[in-house]
Amino acid sequence: MSFRSAVITFPGSNCDRDMADALEKVSGSAPFRVWHGDADLPERLDFIALPGGFSYGDYLRCGAMAARSPIMQAVIAAANRGVPVLGVCNGFQILTESGLLPGALLRNAGVRFVCRDVALRVENTQSLFTSGYDAGATLRLPVAHHDGNYFADAETLDRLEGEGRVAFRYAEDVNGSVRNIAGVLNATGNVLGMMPHPERAIESAQGGTDGRTLFESAVKGLTST
Amino acid sequence: MKVRVFVSLKNGVLDPQGRAIQHSLEGLGFSGVQDVRAGRLIEMDVDDTVTDEALDDMCRKLLANMVIENYRIERLG
Repeated sequence: MSFRSAVITFPGSNCDRDMADALEKVSGSAPFRVWHGDADLPERLDFIALPGGFSYGDYLRCGAMAARSPIMQAVIAAANRGVPVLGVCNGFQILTESGLLPGALLRNAGVRFVCRDVALRVENTQSLFTSGYDAGATLRLPVAHHDGNYFADAETLDRLEGEGRVAFRYAEDVNGSVRNIAGVLNATGNVLGMMPHPERAIESAQGGTDGRTLFESAVKGLTST
Repeated sequence: MKVRVFVSLKNGVLDPQGRAIQHSLEGLGFSGVQDVRAGRLIEMDVDDTVTDEALDDMCRKLLANMVIENYRIERLG
């Protein structure tokens, strides 16, 4: 059975090829490439990925324009039907701007672009995206962002923590994110947003393979049923 | 009609840009600056028929992110 995934490209996306490459290498099937101006997604998708980059030049707020683009209305509808959606970096910003995930991503506390490998703890190993990781595992994944400082009010944060929706936490101070949150899940567990780049760590030539398990978890979880 | 929309971060939301600006002002020798918050000004030219409700809707749907920002609308006539 082939794995039907889609990678959405916005004007200014620049991690879409890496994301497509990771999905193809792990699942064995090349994803559909979908343009932001399209109104419809391919049918019967197993997985949707929103890649990193600087959609619409980060104008107004990071991800703000992309969240209101035609294709995002289809992505929001698909996510609400239960289709898994992964948003990385700018993709995470688009997910918070579209209301699929709570909170917002502010300018890094140090006001600098952060581009390096960081240590992360996997906080939830029960989700579709993280089931292949060992409980308490520490990963190294690259980050590259200027606006990755996760913020939500205390009530929202307590709810996220209580429901196991913090998927990843930085094991070091990276950008000032509240409670060191690096990635969050939606209430139904089918939407994950994260600032670190798993698609940039799927084979040793990239300097690390800690991101591969995320894609393997999702592919296994979606094709074994 | 000219309309100005002022967007600012809510109280309690850390403003790293404001803090950096404050530090720069101190570096230039300006004293007595207690706090700096950086916001955004959006100027629009709209038809007279655009209602207050429509402007409010524009702010809530796009111009401001209600999770972190407040907005204030000013009609210049």
